[in-house]
This record gives sequence, structure tokens and C-alpha cells, in this order.
Amino acid sequence: MRSNALGPKLLLPGLLWLLVFVVLPLLIMVSISFARRLPGGLIEWTFTLENYARALDALYLVGPVANSLWLAALTTVGCFVLGYPLAYYIARRPPRWRALLLFLVVLPFLTNFLVRIYAWFILLRPEGWIAALVKPFGVEMALLGSPWGVLIGLVYGYLPFMVLPLYATLEKLDFTLVEAAHDLGATRWQSFWRVIFPLSRPGVIAGAILVFIPVLGEFLAPKLLGGGKVPMIGITIEEQFLGRVQNWPLGAAMAVGLMLLVSLVLVRYFKQLKEARWVS
Amino acid sequence: MRKLDRWIDLCIKIDAIFVYLFLYLPIFVLVLYSFSAGRYALVWGGFSLETYQKVLRDPEVAQALGNSVAVALSATLVATVLGTLLAIALERYRFRGQTLVESVSYLPILIPEIVMAVGLLLFFAQFFRPALGLVGLELGPFPSVMAGHVAFGLSYVMVVVRARLQHMDRSLEEAALDLGARPWQVFYRVTLPMLAPAILSGALLAFTLSLDDFYITYFSTAGGTGFQTLPLYIYFLQGRAGIPPQVNAVAALMLLVSLSLIALSLWMQRRGG
Repeated sequence: MRSNALGPKLLLPGLLWLLVFVVLPLLIMVSISFARRLPGGLIEWTFTLENYARALDALYLVGPVANSLWLAALTTVGCFVLGYPLAYYIARRPPRWRALLLFLVVLPFLTNFLVRIYAWFILLRPEGWIAALVKPFGVEMALLGSPWGVLIGLVYGYLPFMVLPLYATLEKLDFTLVEAAHDLGATRWQSFWRVIFPLSRPGVIAGAILVFIPVLGEFLAPKLLGGGKVPMIGITIEEQFLGRVQNWPLGAAMAVGLMLLVSLVLVRYFKQLKEARWVS
Repeated sequence: MRKLDRWIDLCIKIDAIFVYLFLYLPIFVLVLYSFSAGRYALVWGGFSLETYQKVLRDPEVAQALGNSVAVALSATLVATVLGTLLAIALERYRFRGQTLVESVSYLPILIPEIVMAVGLLLFFAQFFRPALGLVGLELGPFPSVMAGHVAFGLSYVMVVVRARLQHMDRSLEEAALDLGARPWQVFYRVTLPMLAPAILSGALLAFTLSLDDFYITYFSTAGGTGFQTLPLYIYFLQGRAGIPPQVNAVAALMLLVSLSLIALSLWMQRRGG
């Protein structure tokens, strides 16, 4: 480890860029969240908390906040239910198969998110394949424009975030412990519930955070698949800046609120993320 | 084996098959529909290449493609240089305020994309453009979009390069120093060549993320006014009543580009050992 003047010189351009185009914008956002919107969209620079009061106001945000929270929670559960058995399955394959199976999980996720959500738009519309699939059973499903359609898109979009940390912990798991449990008379279910699951907890927590946090701020999935009927925080924020009736200070207050919500989760679970090697 | 155990095993297998179907069904459908004839994106009109022919002649697509590539190339170039230098500084040196610099470098990865995007919109509209206006300068959409893409790109490059630095043998650099090389010489002749594969994969990541970006571009151009990239093109056409079939073809082509970039990065990783 050297300690001379070269270090600071190397980091200066990158740090400056981040200060100007990330930190300064965030500071401006925070200060505008305390400003007041004048008629005509002008901004009066004062210090007021009224945007935060309005952001918390039932009329404005209870719907979107509640939607975001329960859809983020359901997405996390959905990813867990689909992802855990899959991660376990992959971790128990012979090593040469594992890389390929895992790669197949990650591959769709490396392509454009908007494109994948649009593909679900094709599938979920009333004349689409999913509707045709359930029609013979007498089920009429209007998934597009409903929270369930949004949920499907979200689970699809964020599943790899759950599978990767789960696989990472399951792959390292010492399966001789499981054999020992079997030798001692445990059933498969018991050995799973008492041995495997507790040992894979860091992966479960990391996966849950990695799914829950980005879904909170999601805009594209509720916009494309919700058809304006499923407001989430991201949608409400976007409307304040680019919608018909704009209110930048209010939107800034909502964005600050979202940032605080996310920071709270991150600070609370930072240790677990580190344990699961998702933060270096 | 007990009955319940067999049942559990079966469930796990069914889940695995279901998930793989779930992952690839939308992609299959999208590609399939991109080969459909007719005037509407969502109605199957028989197999044809006519949509692709239309797309290739569409000036709006060409413009969006040009913008996407121009932003991605220039942003990647700057982000790679800045991110690599940042990674080396953070990993190889100790200095005052290091923790603070570290937190700032992870900021674009940790905060929600939409928050960073809102920040940039406000920054350009309320601060940067007015400030430039005072000295008689005007800022077009291209540099504003690029500035945002560099910001998140350099963060990801930093993470990739830093991971490689953590596993790199330091004795070569120290030997060079002992033999009388100056720090700058060590950097150019020893550190940089050893880092090359990581720098390239970081650059590819930044390029892919830039091509895929929706939020930063959408917000920092105040809703795509006067400047569209391919994701914005799809977003706006999807919102219309009768979606034109070009959307499917453009989306399928974007999938193809992403897959080619992944193949390229895998090939490079293999070559780099």
C-alpha cells in the first residue's frame, strides 16, 4: 500500500464527474423539495415542509405508496417461491452443468428491460397467448391493466436478482451436513427446514433486498403493464416532472422520500449484503 | 426413499422447467411477432420479413439508432478512463477522505435509477442550462444525456476493475518500483497491461448499460424532447393506440445486439484466461 500524491490525482477526474453529475443534482433535488411551486411552474426558493406534508397526504400518495410496498413484497415472495427450488436444483447438478444452467437464468436479464416488459405486453393483452391459454377453462383474465399483470412483469424482471445470491450460498453449502441429518433419521423435509434453509439465510436476505429495493422505484413495468390503473411511486414521481400537471418541488420531495426509504433498507441490511458478497 | 421426499424432488424439477419456460417464452413470442406481416404489432398476419424491411428504411429508427450508438460510444470511452483511474486510486492508495470518495463512487449503483434521473432533470433545467445561458452558451440534449451515462457507467467500470485489482499480484508492481521505475511508469508499463481484460469487460458493461438505459435519457431530456434513443422510441410507440409493427422488429434487433455483446464479452473472457 503506497501513500503518495498519485492516488488523489488519479481519482480526481472521476470524482469530479460524480460530484457534478450525481451529488450536485441530488443536492439540488433536496433543496427543491423544500421550495415552493408558483403558478406557471416557476419555483420560489424558500424553506417549507409543505411538499413533504402533501407527499404524505392521503390524496396524493397512499395509493402509490401502498401499491409499491405490497407489489414489492409480493414480487419478492414470488421470486423466492420460483427461485429457491431453481437455485437448489442448479446447486445440486454436476459442476459442468451448473455454469450453463445459471447462465440461462441470467441471459434474458442481460437484455433490455423495456424490451422484455414490452414482450409481456404482447403476451398479457386480452387477445394474447395467456388469455387464450386459460380460456378453455372458462377463465376470463384481464391481466393487462391489473396489478397481477404488473406483478408478473416484475417477477420476470427481477428473478435473477433472487436466484444469484441464493445459488451463491447454496453452492457453498456443505451437503455432508445434510447427509449426516439423513443418517440420523431426518426426512428430506426436516433436513431442508432444519439444516439447508437456515444455512442459506444470507442468500435469502440478500436476494430479498436486491428484489425489493429496485421494485420500489419501478416505473416501466407499472406504466406498460398497468395501463395507468396501477399507480406506483415511480409513476407518481414521473407525473410530477413530465405529466400534464407538473409540480417539481412535490416530485422532488417524493424522490427524496424514496431515496430515504431505500437508504433505510440498505443501512439496516448492509452487513447481510456484505456477507453474501454483494457489496465489496 | 419416502413418498414425501419423491414428491419434493418432483416439485423442484417441475419448478425448474417452469422457470426456464417462463424466462424464454416472452423472448420467443417477441421474436416470432417481429416476423409477422400486417399493419399492427399485436395481430399475427403470417410470416414475413416486411417489418424488417420497413425498419431499415425508417428514418426515425435510423435517427434513434444513431443517437443510441453515439451516446453509448462516447459515454463508454469517458466512463472507462475515469472508472479505471478511480478503481486504481481506491484500491492501490490510501488517502484522507477515502471512505467518503468510496461512498460517492457507489452512489449511482445504490440509489434508485429514477431518483438519479430526477436529480439530473432538475440539475440541467434549474442549474446547468441557466448557468451556461449566462455566458451565452446553449446545451443540447446529447451532452446532457451523455453526462448521465458517463456517471453511472464509470461506477460500474470502477467495480469491475477494482475486483480484478483485488486479486492481482502486487509483487510485479513493487518489483518495478524497487528497480527504480517512477510511479507513472509503473502505472503505464505494469498495472495497466495487467488490467486490460478487466477494463475491457468494464467497458462492455458500460456500453450495454448505456444502450439499455431508459430512465436517465428520458428524464434528462425532459421526456425525450428532441432526442430519442432506441428504448425511448419503443416506449413512445408502445403508448400509442395502434402500435406499429416496427416496434417488434426494433425490440427484436435490440435483443440481438445485447446477445452479441454478451457473446463478445464471453469470448474475450475466454481469451483473457
